[in-house]
Amino acid sequence: METFFNYLLEFFFIVAGVQFSYAGYRALKDKTNQKNMGTAIFWIILGILFIFGKWLPSVLSGLLVVGLGVITLFKQFGNSEEYIEDVKKAEKSAQKYRNTVFTPVIVMALSAIVISFLIPESSTTVIGIGALLSLLVALIIFRPSTEEVLDETNRMVQQVGTTSILPQLLAALGLIFVEAGVGDIVAELISGVVPQGNVFLGVTAYVIGMMLFTMIMGNAFAAFTVITAGIGVPFVLAQGGNPVIVGALAMTAGYCGTLLTPMAGNFNVLPVALLEMEDEYGVIKAQIPIALIMAVIHILLMYFWAF
Amino acid sequence: MDYLPLIGIVIIVIGFILKIDTIAVVIIAGLITGLVSGLSLTEVLALLGQGFTENRLVTLFVLTLTMIGLSERYGLKEQAVYLINKIKGLTVGRFLSLYLLIREAAGLFSLRLGGHPQFVRPLIEPMAQASAVANFDDTDEETKERIKAQASVMENMGNFYAQNTFVGSSGTLLIAGTLKSLGYDAPAAKIAVASLVIAVISLLMGIVYNIWFDRQLNKKYKKAGDDQ
Repeated sequence: METFFNYLLEFFFIVAGVQFSYAGYRALKDKTNQKNMGTAIFWIILGILFIFGKWLPSVLSGLLVVGLGVITLFKQFGNSEEYIEDVKKAEKSAQKYRNTVFTPVIVMALSAIVISFLIPESSTTVIGIGALLSLLVALIIFRPSTEEVLDETNRMVQQVGTTSILPQLLAALGLIFVEAGVGDIVAELISGVVPQGNVFLGVTAYVIGMMLFTMIMGNAFAAFTVITAGIGVPFVLAQGGNPVIVGALAMTAGYCGTLLTPMAGNFNVLPVALLEMEDEYGVIKAQIPIALIMAVIHILLMYFWAF
Repeated sequence: MDYLPLIGIVIIVIGFILKIDTIAVVIIAGLITGLVSGLSLTEVLALLGQGFTENRLVTLFVLTLTMIGLSERYGLKEQAVYLINKIKGLTVGRFLSLYLLIREAAGLFSLRLGGHPQFVRPLIEPMAQASAVANFDDTDEETKERIKAQASVMENMGNFYAQNTFVGSSGTLLIAGTLKSLGYDAPAAKIAVASLVIAVISLLMGIVYNIWFDRQLNKKYKKAGDDQ
């Protein structure tokens, strides 16, 4: 079963790669895009990385990734003006389909939940299964022409643009940070400035340590194991903190950091791409007040509730 | 201790302040961090390539785009606007608070709602935009941008602060496992119950934030209305 889902996942990567390559082909022919050459190369490199990623030597993949960076650094990626939104047609269509228009979207959401519940091994592939299943439903309900389907694929990929790969790239950066030992350095820096024996300072250091480390790694799970061993045990748990409460709060304290960092690309950068926002950090900026207030609440709760 | 590997963080912060192309900055930060920590150029490139291809899963949301594009073409947003307009007294803030509540409740019952690609982009954000249009007739780009951010904030808050309330969630299991290996007894079930406190607090925080958001929009558009 597990090997089946591994093959399926690889298949989904190849489909995504074909989608990127097609966007590259369309960019090449796109007269409205002034930088169509750079745009085409960007998508085709990405297509290669997705289709052949499993078999390419890592060094070559790394070089291709650098190639993506070269294109964006020299501003050779451009936007297409090819697509003109037809609001009239969409309005007419909405009147025709009414709530049926939601069916594909609901199929995607529900199928993900149902499938991951029935077949736990499928967890990483559910988004792909849901996507293809809901596309099938959309094709049956709307009966679009082949041209419409291809146009929409291209429009959406061009619209999410270069930001779409940022979350993945940041995950790769996280791997390099781990190899370089960035985590150990941060843990040592924090434990160096906190005096032993003061519960309030210990709690504060643990919460802030979880936040900072999560911000750097983009992942509270990685932070939890490192910071709990480095700061949580000597400065909080060894002084008599209730491990259940301390543990629960430390993890969510890390999430205060998640809300503040572009390293958590899946949560803070992906919506920028999906919603076509102007400000790359718009989501993070709106989360700053929440994250800071929640961090203070975590410190107070851990101090008063766990002791 | 050698602090040189921290240079990658410095590069990212500087790149952010100077607004240099983010993709290039991340790649440069990765390459330099690897190089100063003693890896050779080919080793760093291999690490970058390996990290990128191993994480292709993160970008798999592109598979959903064709269906979303088609649904939009056939009137998804227009129908969402129509539905929202039928509900009296719904504001952006109230709608988003409702979503936050559902999101957190789903976490408690271990339902992993799909997040940004599966819910926010196709449904929640258009409906939130529609509730603004229902109240203020027309909204400008700045307002639209802020609603997009607010919708994403609710998704993230609901996801993070409530996910550990389920015993079988990976976060809860990791807390229990880590503490056990460090010699402390903390059963997952008790951790899940303790996590409820933060879930409830975050729900209240989100509601307050949404009320404030509604007030901001009211102020902005009432003022414009008074001037006429």
